[in-house]
Amino acid sequence: MAIYVLRRVLNMIPILIGVSVIIFFVFAMTPGDFVDSNQKLTPERQAELRALYGLDKPVLERYFIWMGNVLQGDFGYSMQHQIPVTSLLNQYLWNSFMIAVATLFLTWTIALFIGVFSAVRQHSWFDALVTLGVFATMSFPSFFLGLLLIKFFAVDLHWLPVGGMISTGSQTTGWAYVWEVAKHMILPVIVLTVLGVGSLTRYFRTNMLDVIRQDFVRTARAKGLKEKVVVYKHALRNALLPAITLLAFELPGLFAGAIITEKIFNWPGVGQIHMQALEIRDYPVLMGLTMLLSMLTIVGNLLADIMYGVADPRVRIK
Amino acid sequence: MTTMTNTLAEIKGLSTYFHTEEGIVKAVDDVSFSIPAGRTVAVVGESGCGKSVTALSVMRLVAEPGRIEKGEIRFGDQDLLRLREGEMRGLRGNDIAMVFQEPMSSLNPVLTIGEQLIEPLMEHRLLSKKEARAESAGLITRVGIPRAEEMLKAYPHELSGGMLQRIMIAIALSCQPKLLIADEPTTALDVTVQAQILDLLNGIKAESNTAILLITHDLGVVAEMADHVVVMYAGKVIEEAPVIELFQNPRHPYTKGLLRSKPVIGRREERLYSIPGQVPQLIGLGEACAFADRCESCLPVCRERRPVITQGENGHLVACWLYEEGVSRDE
Repeated sequence: MAIYVLRRVLNMIPILIGVSVIIFFVFAMTPGDFVDSNQKLTPERQAELRALYGLDKPVLERYFIWMGNVLQGDFGYSMQHQIPVTSLLNQYLWNSFMIAVATLFLTWTIALFIGVFSAVRQHSWFDALVTLGVFATMSFPSFFLGLLLIKFFAVDLHWLPVGGMISTGSQTTGWAYVWEVAKHMILPVIVLTVLGVGSLTRYFRTNMLDVIRQDFVRTARAKGLKEKVVVYKHALRNALLPAITLLAFELPGLFAGAIITEKIFNWPGVGQIHMQALEIRDYPVLMGLTMLLSMLTIVGNLLADIMYGVADPRVRIK
Repeated sequence: MTTMTNTLAEIKGLSTYFHTEEGIVKAVDDVSFSIPAGRTVAVVGESGCGKSVTALSVMRLVAEPGRIEKGEIRFGDQDLLRLREGEMRGLRGNDIAMVFQEPMSSLNPVLTIGEQLIEPLMEHRLLSKKEARAESAGLITRVGIPRAEEMLKAYPHELSGGMLQRIMIAIALSCQPKLLIADEPTTALDVTVQAQILDLLNGIKAESNTAILLITHDLGVVAEMADHVVVMYAGKVIEEAPVIELFQNPRHPYTKGLLRSKPVIGRREERLYSIPGQVPQLIGLGEACAFADRCESCLPVCRERRPVITQGENGHLVACWLYEEGVSRDE
């Protein structure tokens, strides 16, 4: 097992090199750069700036400079914010992470319960209602749902704040601060949960329906076991196996930020930074973020394989 | 065998229909036969003639969209079809146990053999986990698998098909059932393993006086195992007789066809006989005898009315116009 994990970790090195090449060249070869974004600059000033940022060097050389810095944990400077990319991301990443973790937890818990329950009661009115609800929530655009919730709960009822992470001019500390942030989180988390829960519910329902038709479930019934044991011990464990892969792939999603929802709720998350960076061609930020997410995807993949090995005796590594 | 004094189970007028979008499929249609205690009754017929559905109906495990429409299944002094689900569950795996066709997919891939073996012991015989484990080691030895302790810790994918079928039999035997239903228990296995499994089942019958309801399409298996044979065609029983009587003196043209299509060792033939045509669609079967289109001795009446099963000599029952008095034989 330890040897297997070590081999997989070593395997990640060439993959990451490949990823870095693609990421760097996609951004480097895209026409235009940060300097072009400002039309008012004179050609002399532009050339000066390019030399300053190292944009005048040959592309290949720029790759190795970038790569060398990345290996030392330095993703360069954000051109727009004029701070290191790592501290910029560090500042905003965790805001997005908070929302994403809360959403992930809610989405998976709700989807698991509803999905399994509606599979066990296939064709019941509950199942029909769930199917209807699933498609209704899936077809809502996030901005519409977000604005609707803001109108009801913030503008009309005054229950929850309209947006942001803390109230303007707030000086709270300690538990009061936690409570304040939590209140600001509620609406964006609801929006993201409602949007995500539908497809995941369908996923669990389908998996469970597949498993319930299997021979070994019939065997379990033929042994005279209680229906609860048949469903939750024999069927559910098998239905959850494929979800492991899905869960592991949520790892990059935890840090990716939700561009539209963060914009609507004015949440200072990484999705907003991402959007701004795109508009203004702040390539070091874009490359840093993309590289980070790729890394998390690869790590997620490895975690999925390890977890699968633990959960499924058929792929267990000895 | 002619006297049915010690009847363990009796199926009376059982009908199981599948309500599909194309129409109602009468998979089992007014089937009756009985299973004497300690004997083996074989149900034979081609694929799709209702054998397995009959077996599943006895367990009340017919899956949607199938439903048991009418009939009675007497088991001891109760009617299985009238029991509440909880009471039926108490019988499943306990007094009535079942072994399925596909041993490879019939065991849960993520649970150990031991875990799956102790379940019925703890559920029905109320043993503690420790007692159940000790008991299951004994069961594994009984079905002829060495190194029982190791086997308890193994997962299904680590064993061969034959081994898994032995485990399935061990699970079925765990609560000393009065009736063991074996649905094509050897079909998925290779020939040498088939013989071992049949020997095992015969041994169990001799040791513990368990009645076996054997579902098969293999007449070789019938000859080796059965005391009594029920031949099914298109959801109905068309012939029923003690095993020797049936092999020596088959009456229904379908049974004759089945026996003719069985290879005989030592006899050289250009081509093995097969019954022409296929089992008919079970949706919208008319009034005619369902076998009429494939029958070599079809009479005019066969296309008009369905024959009723009637008792003949030597405990031989047959549903065929050829054996009815006063039927016009003119073509």
